[in-house]
Amino acid sequence: MHSGAALGEKGTDPPFVGRVEPFGDAATDIISTVEFNHTGELLATGDKGGRVVIFQREPESKNEPYNQGEYNVYSTFQSHEPEFDYLKSLEIEEKINKIKWLPQQNAAHSLLSTNDKTIKLWKITERDKRPEGYNLKDEEGKLKDLSMVTSLQVPVLKPMDLMVEVSPRRIFANGHTYHVNSISVNSDCETYMSADDLRINLWHLAITDRSFNIVDIKPANMEDLTEVITASEFHPHHCNLFVYSSSKGSLRLCDMRASALCDKHSKLFEEPEDPSNRSFFSEIISSVSDVKFSHSGRYMLARDYLTVKVWDLNMETKPIETYQVHDYLRSKLCSLYENDCIFDKFECAWNGSDSVIMTGAYNNFFRMFDRNTKRDVTLEASRESSKPRAILKPRRVCVGGKRRKDDISVDSLDFTKKILHTAWHPTENIIAIAATNNLYIFQDKVNSEMH
Amino acid sequence: MEEEEGLHQLQLLDTMFVRGLKRKCFDGEEDIEGTLAGFKALPSYNLQRQSLLDMYLVKLQLCHMLVEPNLCRSVLIANTVRQIQEEMTQDGTWQMISTQSTGQTSLDRLVSTDILCRSSKEQVEGKLVQGYSSFPKDFEDTQSQESSEILSTVTSGQAPRSLQSNMWEIENPQENRGNFQKSLDQIFETLENKTPDSVEDLFSEVDNSYYDLDTVLTVMMGNTKMGHCDVLETFPSQAPTNSNSNCKSDLNELDHIVEILVES
Repeated sequence: MHSGAALGEKGTDPPFVGRVEPFGDAATDIISTVEFNHTGELLATGDKGGRVVIFQREPESKNEPYNQGEYNVYSTFQSHEPEFDYLKSLEIEEKINKIKWLPQQNAAHSLLSTNDKTIKLWKITERDKRPEGYNLKDEEGKLKDLSMVTSLQVPVLKPMDLMVEVSPRRIFANGHTYHVNSISVNSDCETYMSADDLRINLWHLAITDRSFNIVDIKPANMEDLTEVITASEFHPHHCNLFVYSSSKGSLRLCDMRASALCDKHSKLFEEPEDPSNRSFFSEIISSVSDVKFSHSGRYMLARDYLTVKVWDLNMETKPIETYQVHDYLRSKLCSLYENDCIFDKFECAWNGSDSVIMTGAYNNFFRMFDRNTKRDVTLEASRESSKPRAILKPRRVCVGGKRRKDDISVDSLDFTKKILHTAWHPTENIIAIAATNNLYIFQDKVNSEMH
Repeated sequence: MEEEEGLHQLQLLDTMFVRGLKRKCFDGEEDIEGTLAGFKALPSYNLQRQSLLDMYLVKLQLCHMLVEPNLCRSVLIANTVRQIQEEMTQDGTWQMISTQSTGQTSLDRLVSTDILCRSSKEQVEGKLVQGYSSFPKDFEDTQSQESSEILSTVTSGQAPRSLQSNMWEIENPQENRGNFQKSLDQIFETLENKTPDSVEDLFSEVDNSYYDLDTVLTVMMGNTKMGHCDVLETFPSQAPTNSNSNCKSDLNELDHIVEILVES
């Protein structure tokens, strides 16, 4: 197992090299989620049109050293279709909100994909052999003339071109009144949870006609509603623990052993508001858009609009680390509210060794923070930077004052180019960045040369 | 589809505002010092707050026109509106700054983005600090009085809008104000009927000259460092009319809207 290299080793930032997978130009090709599987061999993406595209990493070969470890399309399928809710007279979007892989238990791969209302379990299998030599049927499948059959033969399995078959194995419907924002597979590999704005349900992977409600924050009187659930995740090792984040900026750790309904949290992680920073937008920017446990299970990563914070599960009073993602936007909050950007939900990610954290920003920038060296870097996902073997160049946003060459000023940032979805390979320095309708895959060339 | 057309209309508005921003940036950069020297009286915190409240109300209505309102977004906006409302109620004031001339009024109404987003310690009159310290107490009092309503109704004080509408009257023909008021009424009607068809109608009758950026820009001082955020402020600010009773009815409408929102 290869551990991630730290940022800034030997005085230089790791030279990420990249390639880009264009998805297409249609509005439905906007990527809405990205997720590596547990080995990193497969990378799944979901888009606004309800499609799932799975990429597979090419096995490394000595014959083509430069092609080693590249991701190519493995399978594409339509996961969700648009539906119509007749009761509310509203359309249910087919956009894939989240994909989560199940741990692999046999030759097949399985993943869960969800839109706003329905979660589906998909099974992905390979077929690379087919039987030949049937007695009763010919090569095309037509029945043979029995009078022509003079001998018996045993059908033989012969290799064929690889065929990837995807089939829906379970459909978990009618579990949610509100929009599903997260799904998370439990470490017990038998259950998973799905969270919408007000409720979290626990499902068994084999049972589709019922689920258990484990969190319900819907007030008796909807007029009293002031807080919604924004994200949730199971602990990576303790199957009884999960966390959910709220629009008020708090994280709640719940223990399912405590009671059937986990409305009362076991731990509440909340940082008191800094009165000197208070404005009319304070609450909006404190809303947590994503929460992720570290691989170790000791820490949680929480992303709000301007910062990303690392929390230690043992300390509820304040985060142990706070990183500014784009603090230069603090004086632009009014404009960002007006153009709705202030409601953008950015995701965050840990690297394999929990030493580096990554999150997206605007202008197709994404940021990485090294927790050990405290160095950070801003990189851009653009066509130029992803030419073959091109090395990513660190970018800088200048806020007035000294302006270096190649700096971008805050006012020139393109707020329509936002990187909301990012994923980090579970063990290696390979990252997947979704920039609207393009998928960028960057690899740490230094590492790949070290094989 | 109606929703797409509604969205298209929204995008047009955004484009107009962005255009305003780009034009503004040029002017702002050059004349910033002239602006600061030109402020005779610092903008009233209340006016800014009122403008922000109006913007939030428009947002709440717009977000209801989409396919299905994003509950998180609606809750965040409603919370902030409530916060502003509470503060205004607790202050017990709908005061407006008194100004001597139209020109000064224009200056005062030009709220820098910074001021709106500034921290409490930097607020001019320190009202924000006072407001928040006693916020929880008054919130409870209000809750006990009107438990069935989300937002407390303002019961006293003058509407600041009279000043704004006076100023606007001088610069713009009367019909433009009327049309905007009309379009807001249509928004409320839309929400009551909950028919997506109305989205198209909503924008079809608005007088386009109202949104003429050139008109807007002649009203405002060219030498401020305003963002397009402030351009937006002038639109909703003039929506309610002069009297206090209309202000109150707007708040009742707001209660109704939010009720519909959270129940949908």
